Amino acid sequence: MKLIAAMSGGVDSAVAAARAVESGHDVIGVHLALAANPQKYRSGARGCCTIEDSHDARRAADVIGIPFYIWDMAEEFHDGVVEDFLAEYAAGRTPNPCLRCNEKIKFAAVLDRARAMGFDGVVTGHYARTQISESGKTLHRAVDHSKDQSYVLSVLTIEQIAGAIFPLGDTTKVDIRKEAEARGLAVAQKPDSHDICFVPSGDNAGWLRDRLGSEVGPIVDQAGNKIGEHKGAYTYTIGQRKGLGLTIPTPDGSPRFVLKIEPVSNTVVVGAREDLAIITMVGERPVWCGPAVTSEVQTGFVQIRAHGSPLPCTYYFDGTVLIATLAEPLLGLATGQAMVIYDGDRVVGSATICETK
Amino acid sequence: MPSIYVDHAATTPLSAAAFAAISQQLQELGNPSSLHTHGRATRKALEDAREAIAKEVGCLGSEVIFTASGTEANNIALKGLFWQGRAQGKRVIVISAIEHHAILDPAQWLKTHEGAEVIEIDVDSNGVINLETLKTVIAERANEIAVISIMHANNETGVLQPISEIVGLAGDIPVHTDAVQSFKKTPLSFSQLGVYALTLSAHKVGGPLGIGALILRRAVEIPALLHGGGQEREIRSGTLNAPSIVAFAAAAADSYPQAQVTTLRDSFIDGVKALIPDAIINGESSYRLPGIVNVTFPGTQSDTLLLLLDSAHVSASTGSACSAGVHEASHVLLAMGHTETTAQSSLRFSFGATSTQADLDFIMSVLPGVITRGRAANIK
Repeated sequence: MKLIAAMSGGVDSAVAAARAVESGHDVIGVHLALAANPQKYRSGARGCCTIEDSHDARRAADVIGIPFYIWDMAEEFHDGVVEDFLAEYAAGRTPNPCLRCNEKIKFAAVLDRARAMGFDGVVTGHYARTQISESGKTLHRAVDHSKDQSYVLSVLTIEQIAGAIFPLGDTTKVDIRKEAEARGLAVAQKPDSHDICFVPSGDNAGWLRDRLGSEVGPIVDQAGNKIGEHKGAYTYTIGQRKGLGLTIPTPDGSPRFVLKIEPVSNTVVVGAREDLAIITMVGERPVWCGPAVTSEVQTGFVQIRAHGSPLPCTYYFDGTVLIATLAEPLLGLATGQAMVIYDGDRVVGSATICETK
Repeated sequence: MPSIYVDHAATTPLSAAAFAAISQQLQELGNPSSLHTHGRATRKALEDAREAIAKEVGCLGSEVIFTASGTEANNIALKGLFWQGRAQGKRVIVISAIEHHAILDPAQWLKTHEGAEVIEIDVDSNGVINLETLKTVIAERANEIAVISIMHANNETGVLQPISEIVGLAGDIPVHTDAVQSFKKTPLSFSQLGVYALTLSAHKVGGPLGIGALILRRAVEIPALLHGGGQEREIRSGTLNAPSIVAFAAAAADSYPQAQVTTLRDSFIDGVKALIPDAIINGESSYRLPGIVNVTFPGTQSDTLLLLLDSAHVSASTGSACSAGVHEASHVLLAMGHTETTAQSSLRFSFGATSTQADLDFIMSVLPGVITRGRAANIK
């Protein structure tokens, strides 16, 4: 196959590209320039948008022996990922930008462009696997569950999965580093990136405050009594306990937790731990990674964070929203996050959580 | 497998004469500044080379200052002439809107750090500097202008600039010209042009990478950028790179097949127009270098076209600068009236002494497919 290997400058995508070449594919390396002004990020060499990262990617491509180009996707990234991130926080939800980037950039803008140019698919260094079964090509968890990235890939449609190649899914991260070393790739020991790439300082709240302002609003209890103030509701997360700055104690001295964020009134609602408990989650804009979920109730697992645990549940699709009911109550679930349904290791699909009960 | 190189404006194949010269000189021992026999031998070879280059560019041997690149020569000229002018209270730098970054960026640096005022002269849609604007600027600011620097031929379009007329308008104001692209490709004489300073680079004429020259009038004393052993009229210290210099001279002595390259270029343009009827040849109606063609392919993105051409074994270029490898819209094409979109849809094909009709035939065989795919991939 003729493939585009998306190369961030990190160890995973470098090994993924090398493996694709070794499998006999005709591979071209592409680094996605996602920051509108890469120079701006020079000092914060932690994301995937620095000049140094693009040089690392180029060097890896040269060592592997494949052509290398840089694609400017800054505009698409800004509109599809950064703006979405801000809008979601402004609406009181907690978004996952990596998921959005896979959905709108890597397996949309890049894959579409690659296909138009005559390529068959896109290779990335994600830890996930695909399998060909009777129902087509399906998406599965990586062997290394601690590095599994199937959660952030759960937004891919069958059509997108068909054009996605994940050569690392069968190997642990430790072994990928060893392999990179053996292949003479200088990025073998490059640290993993953990932060959101467009927030190079790692200060998510500060980054949001610069863009969304810090309008003071009330912190109220469930009865609506004001018990404190905050500087920007969006800096809080459902289930958050620390950093609330509340001076009025509860009658029994028990701690308070963030239960709800109301963006319109700029209000943060707090309450007792048990009030966080939910049993049902509702997700909008579902995407099926394989056969579509129907109105028939199924048993499986739902995962609500990138590296969270799979939670036993039943689920069904009512024609508009995806509804999952947990076997046991869960404490603290923010809307805006993705609920990803698994059937064993297979990713069934995902939806954006819009309601919890 | 074919491997077609149409990026001679970026760099050229090393000529056989240059290869022989550098190989021979690399085996010779002696610092050209040393006074002993070894030093004198290297000095002799180096000075022979200096005179040979001087002859090719129409200047005196003593007017040749060797540098490590054209960029360095431009920096010495622009900064040196600015500082010289500033000492007399002149702070204005006049350049064109289509200069190479090796002039644009030093000019911006002088503005930011040294108190310069930079005036950019506009160009017309054919890529030629607007002499009326220049005339007005000189009429109004003559006593404040430290230096005028206008390139001899543009590196993206090949369009020649009216340097003699500019020198005529400038009067006593020092004029520098970046002739990196023009040298050997079109008649060029330092003394006849009447400029104060002129920049050359070896690897654009079949010489090695890493050697350039600033031609600077004998009487002009400008401050140095590099201080040290006092080589090159104390304007450019550093041990002279004798092997590269003799190779530069050997390459410069080769004759350039101007008629042959012009014929190829015109044949290329005819072919492009026949295959891609809406293609635009930028600067087509201007006097320009024989080897450079800049084409806008509407509805495409140049980085996509480059990838597809590269996959088809054709090495071309956008000709414009990169920022972290991201192709920016060419400031040259923007100055000529292009939009960001059309400027980003343009490629430079540049031919040289080793280009052949077979190269062109091959490009024509792949071009329609590349443009079709490029248009399909232009999803933005």
